[in-house]
Amino acid sequence: MAAEIEAVEEERVEKAVEGNGIAICVRDLRTSFGDQVVHDGLDLDVRKGEILGVVGGSGTGKSVLMRAIIGLQIPDRGEIEVFGEPMIGRLDDEALAIRKRWGVLFQGGALFSTLTVAENVEVPIREYYPNIDAQLRDEIAAYKIRMTGLPADAGPKYPAELSGGMRKRAGLARALALDPDLLFLDEPTAGLDPIGAAAFDEQTRRLQQTLGLTVFLITHDLDTLYSICDRVAVLADKKVIAVGTIDELLATDHPWIQEYFNGPRGRAATAAVARERGKTAAETQADGRR
Amino acid sequence: MNKAADLAEETRDGGTVVRLSGTLTIACLHDLPSRLDALEGPISAIDLSDVDHMDTIGAWTVHRTAKRLDCAVGGGRADAERMIAAVGELDEPVAIRPEHVSPLKRVLGEIGEAVVNSGATLFGLLGFFGATLVAAWNVVRHPSRFRVNAVVQRFEVVGVSALGIIGLMSFLIGIVIAQQGSVQLRQFGMEMLTINLVGRLTFRELGVLMTAIMVAGRSGSAFAAQLGTMKLTEEVDAMRTIGVSPMEALVLPRTLAVVVMMPLLGFYSSVIAVIGGGFLCAVSLDIPPITFVQRLREVVPITDLWVGLIKAPVFGLIIAISGCFQGMQVKANAEEVGLRTTSAVVQAIFLVIVIDAFFAVFFTWVGWN
Repeated sequence: MAAEIEAVEEERVEKAVEGNGIAICVRDLRTSFGDQVVHDGLDLDVRKGEILGVVGGSGTGKSVLMRAIIGLQIPDRGEIEVFGEPMIGRLDDEALAIRKRWGVLFQGGALFSTLTVAENVEVPIREYYPNIDAQLRDEIAAYKIRMTGLPADAGPKYPAELSGGMRKRAGLARALALDPDLLFLDEPTAGLDPIGAAAFDEQTRRLQQTLGLTVFLITHDLDTLYSICDRVAVLADKKVIAVGTIDELLATDHPWIQEYFNGPRGRAATAAVARERGKTAAETQADGRR
Repeated sequence: MNKAADLAEETRDGGTVVRLSGTLTIACLHDLPSRLDALEGPISAIDLSDVDHMDTIGAWTVHRTAKRLDCAVGGGRADAERMIAAVGELDEPVAIRPEHVSPLKRVLGEIGEAVVNSGATLFGLLGFFGATLVAAWNVVRHPSRFRVNAVVQRFEVVGVSALGIIGLMSFLIGIVIAQQGSVQLRQFGMEMLTINLVGRLTFRELGVLMTAIMVAGRSGSAFAAQLGTMKLTEEVDAMRTIGVSPMEALVLPRTLAVVVMMPLLGFYSSVIAVIGGGFLCAVSLDIPPITFVQRLREVVPITDLWVGLIKAPVFGLIIAISGCFQGMQVKANAEEVGLRTTSAVVQAIFLVIVIDAFFAVFFTWVGWN
């Protein structure tokens, strides 16, 4: 099992290196609402095939950054490229080809409340590929629903009948409907219980590995950061102040980063990871002795 | 790199092999799924060695074909094979649509449901009326809990802001009644009776009725939408946990405002309608305003005014209660707010007209005709 995961991991890394690509490239971004400047001179690169966690205090513009990248928020200045294509100032029709290559999970799931879960998942397929016949479309919706870990009877239900966690999974199923290369997740585990959140993390990791996704993940959840993110970008002072693995971030001396990761919650998460690693190491040792 | 997906049948080792090629992604599949569906067995294997790239939708297409034709899949790259295995694991029956019901059964079911719903709504409305009375009684016992500000604010929204539109509407209605009435009465040479028509009709019926319809559209709908939204955002629940009764804080001020404002608006509307009628009489029937007013005093009994003024608060109560009731029923989603608002208005107008008919019978019975 461990060897298998390692092999997958290796292949993934290989893929990323082979493309040597940058999925999202943001340069000198400035966004503002009236007098309030949210980003000023923000630079960020998201590598292909990685899970990038984006953290920052409330109001530092994490969601605004995501909205700017996906074209819902028009920046005052700056350049945004997704898969090498500039996204600023493009007409909707021109950006369509790129739009098909990403999926977005909004904070509350943003499911269409008048449609069932299955119909929600089918919306992007209907919209972009009307030539796919209804039977195949239903089958696609069915396995996407299973893929995100929803129960088999969730298809005909309406969003109002679902719990918060299930709504997020349904939103994820819709985001994955077109097999995107790039997935945006806005606080996917906020409001979930720890077990549900851990399961969601696990799901995200597995999907990312099977589908070779690039994931842009906004989160406040330290456990998520530790368990699934390849790199973490920290937003503060209107820009990205640091990007790197958690260990690299810990080595910097920015007070906010230190406070974030070395605060009581940060220490608890670190301890949990250390415990987990210790356990695995002990098991390996025990196996070796046998 | 993106080549259109294609398939070719080859005979190999005595069996037929389907050889897929190109890019098996949703963008490149085109008609491949239907062509694969059209394949007839027996087919021994599906060969993926010419497939350069595949997404889960391509993998699913291959998987379902392999399952249908009961053949092996081979020759693909490691990630393709893994993806097919991954989607294969997800191949379980999943409910997509609600179960199909025969049309007859469905229609019968819908009728039954509608009947039960109407009964439940009427019952609920009655219960809500009772709850409002209880809240009112509580406020009477503890006058300090009476929310003067909220009530006065509602007075303005329900009453003062409506003056313009209700005035304009009433003036035009007055003109229309006088004009249509005079055309008919002229045939009998009794144009003077137009004054009877305008005076009695507006004070007795139309003034209050049209006002009720306007208030239901303006304020009843607003109540339903406001309270519905507050229910959705859990404001009502928050209120309850803090110990503030939503019935006292939200429903009572609105109800009181409409009940007090309706007679005033109804009277105002009647007066304006009569002025409209008088205006038409002066312009097109050459009846001078003095004569009009003189005649009005002779033919319109004071009981007509009482009839209108007695009905008005009752109508107001119906409008406020159905608006608030429907708003408080909102549970699930934003769409429900719209539906509830609509039914608040429809229900209020319907009930107002039903009650109006009862009033007509009642006032005839007491001899106020």
